[in-house]
Amino acid sequence: MLLKLTGGRIFDPAHDVNDVVRDIYIRDGRIVEKPTDGRVDEEIDVSGKVIMAGAIDMHTHIGGGKVNIARTMLPEDHAEAVYERTELLRSGTGHAAPSTLTTGYRYAEMGYTAGFEPAVLPINARQAHMEMHDTPIIDKGGYVMLGSDDFLLRMMAANSDQEAINNYVAWTINHAQAVGLKVVNPGGISAFKFNQRKLDLDEKNDFYGVTPRDILHRLSRAVQEIGVPHPLHVHGCNLGVPGNMQTTLDTIQGAEGVPMHLTHIQFHSYGTEGDFKFSSGAAEIAEAINKHKNITVDVGQILFGQTVTASGDNMRQFAGAPHAHPNKWVCMDIECEAGCGVVPFKYKDQSYVNALQWMIGLETFLMVDDPWRIFLTTDHPNGAPFTSYPHLIKLLMDKSFRNDMLSTLHPEAQKATHLASLDREYSLYEIAIMTRAGAAKLVGLADRGHLGIGAAADITVYTDNSDREKMFEKPDYVFKDGEMVVRQGQVIKITWGTTHVVKPEYDVSIEKPLQQYFDKFHTLKMSNFKISNDEIVDDGRGSLTIQPLHKGGRL
Amino acid sequence: MTENSTATVWHEVASPFCGIASDDLTIEVNGNTVKVLENGDAVTRPGFETPITDTQPRINGKEVTLDQAVSHIADLLINSKQPLIAGLGTDLNGARAAMALADKSGATIDSYYSPAAFRNILVLQDTGYMTTTLTEVRNRVDLLVLVGTDIESTFPRFYERMVWNKESMFGQDIESREVIYLGKTPSGDASTSPNGKKAQVIACDNADLPEVVSVLRALVKGKQIQAETVAGVAVSDLSALADKLNAAKYSVVTWSAGQLDIDHAEATIQNVCEMIKEINATTRSNGLPIGGKEGDTTVNAVASWQSGYPMRTTFNRRFPDYDPFLNDSRRILANDESDLLIWVSSFNTAVTPPQSSANTIVLGRSGMQFETEPEVYIPVGVPGIDHEGRTFRSDSVVSVPLRKLRDSGLPSVFEVLSVVEQAL
Repeated sequence: MLLKLTGGRIFDPAHDVNDVVRDIYIRDGRIVEKPTDGRVDEEIDVSGKVIMAGAIDMHTHIGGGKVNIARTMLPEDHAEAVYERTELLRSGTGHAAPSTLTTGYRYAEMGYTAGFEPAVLPINARQAHMEMHDTPIIDKGGYVMLGSDDFLLRMMAANSDQEAINNYVAWTINHAQAVGLKVVNPGGISAFKFNQRKLDLDEKNDFYGVTPRDILHRLSRAVQEIGVPHPLHVHGCNLGVPGNMQTTLDTIQGAEGVPMHLTHIQFHSYGTEGDFKFSSGAAEIAEAINKHKNITVDVGQILFGQTVTASGDNMRQFAGAPHAHPNKWVCMDIECEAGCGVVPFKYKDQSYVNALQWMIGLETFLMVDDPWRIFLTTDHPNGAPFTSYPHLIKLLMDKSFRNDMLSTLHPEAQKATHLASLDREYSLYEIAIMTRAGAAKLVGLADRGHLGIGAAADITVYTDNSDREKMFEKPDYVFKDGEMVVRQGQVIKITWGTTHVVKPEYDVSIEKPLQQYFDKFHTLKMSNFKISNDEIVDDGRGSLTIQPLHKGGRL
Repeated sequence: MTENSTATVWHEVASPFCGIASDDLTIEVNGNTVKVLENGDAVTRPGFETPITDTQPRINGKEVTLDQAVSHIADLLINSKQPLIAGLGTDLNGARAAMALADKSGATIDSYYSPAAFRNILVLQDTGYMTTTLTEVRNRVDLLVLVGTDIESTFPRFYERMVWNKESMFGQDIESREVIYLGKTPSGDASTSPNGKKAQVIACDNADLPEVVSVLRALVKGKQIQAETVAGVAVSDLSALADKLNAAKYSVVTWSAGQLDIDHAEATIQNVCEMIKEINATTRSNGLPIGGKEGDTTVNAVASWQSGYPMRTTFNRRFPDYDPFLNDSRRILANDESDLLIWVSSFNTAVTPPQSSANTIVLGRSGMQFETEPEVYIPVGVPGIDHEGRTFRSDSVVSVPLRKLRDSGLPSVFEVLSVVEQAL
């Protein structure tokens, strides 16, 4: 079966193709060369339409314990977003923390074909995969979280060599079936268990004497040395704390040129100036990002309304709990490995702080020069639900819309920003970089996020519309692995995406100390911790796609 | 594997029969006979060793093929005005199949263990909590307080695995750990330390816990209490406990909601949880709700991610519709509000369907005995014995793989319910 998409305007930044009219041929789920005999089984006329690869959300909380706590905790939020069963679709609910089926349908309807869960606790990875397995259509994967786990901290306190740490990281990525490595409040989640309430970049964990800087240094090197394409995914120290921009600048400086991805940078870009002792650090942060080519960021834009914050950072979530709206929250310590905190939150446009957070996020988008190193996220659902992406794209692409919105916000906050003077409007090409080519490159997906020959045929077709929100919320067609899954913004076919993983090599000798550790201290056996490939395939719908390692990494 | 084959020994086997999900069992399988060789207890031994008796499905007591039973179930479902899928003793994929079937047939879902589980879920949905997990307890607890719970009667290995372990990761002297019971008195000696230190007991009737816990919370916050006793408990004893909670570095307050079978249990748990939050203003303290056996945590987790809601959700209006009171399966059956009950109980032969006027279908563990023969009965395999599976521990964080230990040929709940769904 050969399908031809005829006459579309192609935006494929991975191949420097910017708005070029070209036909696309699809066979067996892949983009192929024009057939030599010219024979086509089916042709769809997409003349004048905007064609991009399927969008990739490189940081979205869609699966795992804390997301499911958020779901269970918020029946009142679901009651406002209820989806009936149809002949084709399962029923579901959810606005801030949607059910898995609804999550897959909504992403696909917006032209997204992959989403990556950024906080997979090794011990909870099995659950994260179960939930993502029940998320239809889109591809998925997870970044496994280390950095407050006692095994690593014990190694570091004992001055283990880097090779041993590399082995442990590679072992964990393999057996949690992950595609990358995440660190959340490095060492801070452990420190909270010892009753420390904050941990700065150079502050020592009371028990281990290890600092966040040490942890970042060890883990970012490990990721680089074992050849995992996705750089260490860093949720830094002091999230949400006024003045944390200095920590962030120090973190960038401290990376010493090693690749590092700083996630939801908006929440880490706060100064202490002004009457409210809360100000934007976006300019300084953007300048540092522009200067340090090893750094990538996603924004974690906030948008106004009810949502829920779900994070591994229980130290900071506990501190934020008094702001819970509605007033209920969960914090957990987890298995000498991690923690989590779930705090519902309502961002208000007439709150000085929330209005400034909105501005800081947009300032960052507009002041970071290189769209290959900044990514469009709301840290779903922490800044806003992912369903607000079309609105966010319009804010980036339409200055007058942005400034109209700005003029309605808290007046003192408006005085504290230069946002109105920023003229930049993102182009379609830049949006395609941020949400496709750049994201695929960052996550390490060789065959996604682009429209070259051999790529997976994950393709989104839009009708150009100067109202970018309307354009991006309802594509004409979405193809997933070559099959049309969405037509006119409606799901018409259910498929099940693959799970992307990497398999860095490790020396099996690491299992000796791990076995001892599990037997002595844990309540689970090492053999039962490991997630088999069969578990990902599961009832037959699932599949595993092993992405290539970087050169220098061993495969 | 046949009856005549030699025995196979399995190591590091996980148990789905209690919420702790111990995964260090050694099990011998000889044909269809299973024997726990190591690390068994009063819960896991009968769980694994209950023999297979019947293997043939029945309609109204008459043996039929699986195909016949399945198509009869599909007919009953098509003609049902308000089906109910309850019991729900099953594993991950059984829960998935039950959810898919409920969604398609407009059924209501509920679990046998919901009366206990909802004492915690209602607190989560109202104010939330701070909790910890078993490995943290094993390595960090310095003060363990049990509220209204004789833990060893339902979790026999709790102390061995989580409290009196040989060594803690942080150099703690294990013997220095303190155990205090509030309410129920322990039924055995599991809480006694290796050197013979007995647990302190502040005894009261569980029915008096709402009052006693309120006073304890007030004392933890430093409020003055005028009374000298509350429900027969000396306030000075509670005051000493409050001081210990405020002084401990990592106290753990545990309860098993199944044992808090009292009016206002959820309000009592809520008071405990709010007290824990308040203790955390200065030091660390966590709750440890213990329960969730036989797939209970699993079915609530799966329902939450697939529909947004835990158990007690109905699909009769074509979308998930949650009501923890109206959708209580016991209430529905007692009020004749359902005309068809699909009862799933693949772990425990004693968990049988309640008497009701509804047509009853049972997917039950082989050997189940009925006062009234159900319309359809299908003996199903046990997850972790007859087929592979996964189950969640009581903390809803850790899940363990369950292995297929023998080849009994019994179908899984997933297989049966998936075929029923396709037949609709």
